[in-house]
Amino acid sequence: MLDVTTLAAVTGSVSVIGYGLAAIGPGIGMGMIAGKAIEGTARQPELGGRLMVLMLLGIAFVEVIALLGFVLAFIQ
Amino acid sequence: MPELLLASGPDFPSVSELLPNAPLFHGTVFAINSIILIRLVATALILLIMCVAAARAKVVPGRFQSAVEWVIDFLRSSIVYEFLGEAQGERYTNLIVTLFVSIFLFNFCENIPGANVAADTTIAMPLILAIWSLINYWAAGIRTKGLWKFLKDELLPKGVPWPIYILLVPINLLEIIIIRPFSLTIRLFINMVAGYLLVGLCFAATQWFFFSTGWDLKWIGVFSLLGGFVMTCFEMMVDAIQAYIFSVLTAAYIMLSIPDSSEVGAGDPVKVAKLQAKIGPNKAKSLSKVKG
Repeated sequence: MLDVTTLAAVTGSVSVIGYGLAAIGPGIGMGMIAGKAIEGTARQPELGGRLMVLMLLGIAFVEVIALLGFVLAFIQ
Repeated sequence: MPELLLASGPDFPSVSELLPNAPLFHGTVFAINSIILIRLVATALILLIMCVAAARAKVVPGRFQSAVEWVIDFLRSSIVYEFLGEAQGERYTNLIVTLFVSIFLFNFCENIPGANVAADTTIAMPLILAIWSLINYWAAGIRTKGLWKFLKDELLPKGVPWPIYILLVPINLLEIIIIRPFSLTIRLFINMVAGYLLVGLCFAATQWFFFSTGWDLKWIGVFSLLGGFVMTCFEMMVDAIQAYIFSVLTAAYIMLSIPDSSEVGAGDPVKVAKLQAKIGPNKAKSLSKVKG
């Protein structure tokens, strides 16, 4: 009979996979923020500076979620 | 054979390096390891730059004085006046400039050969800065509105049906006491740790590829060396952006604590008169002008 349990095994740091999963959502969110900021700047170039600040603020809030995943990857 | 590869792999950097066990006053409260030493040197450097600039200030600035003044003026116009307005923001210029300059120079230590690690890479420094920010936006709210009005504005936002308050009050309380300083701390701290690990990873891999592998693998080291340089440049950008974000968020939190200046602005003559009596006619005029 085949030993099913040894067919596949994951070695190394499994928590890094968790970080990868945690980064998916914030990645999509940051892409949307940056894309919308570019869209807004293309529509109204004179608001570029203000939009840049707002974009950085939004990215800062979203980034925390990804960073929390990074923290948890170190906690064993 | 993954185990064999791993055993002979490069000497990757790890987070345990960030708490080096070679302190100066070992065993006491004043134990100094290399990161705290970097912190002290960076503080001395900031004080030196600012004191020299202030002591030699002239009406017609030289090159050094214009550089310092450019930084302060940029922060004042792009963060303080933008978020807080000219009348209310003036008293917070010191706070924002101090936050930005110290965080930027503390972060920038990671690009200086010999230091190689940012002074914000252990959690203590970001935590202290975040607690300072917390104290400042609470003090701003209490000073301008009084404790009760400040808490009422923060915890009970207008235009919400009352059963929602059961859910909203604990969340908002958690937000202004814990989540804001905690997220400020984590953002700065983890960005610096990640930068340290990334740059260290690139250069450790380069060293391993150049000196520990056969001729069939050495060429990969060229790419990791290039990656190390790119990452160093990227980290310089991250240093500036993190300092900027920290000061912008502090200014934004203070803005949320103090009364909205458009509320007391033009339109309501009684309120404008009250404001003029409180802070003087010129400032009241500029306040109502800023917020239209």
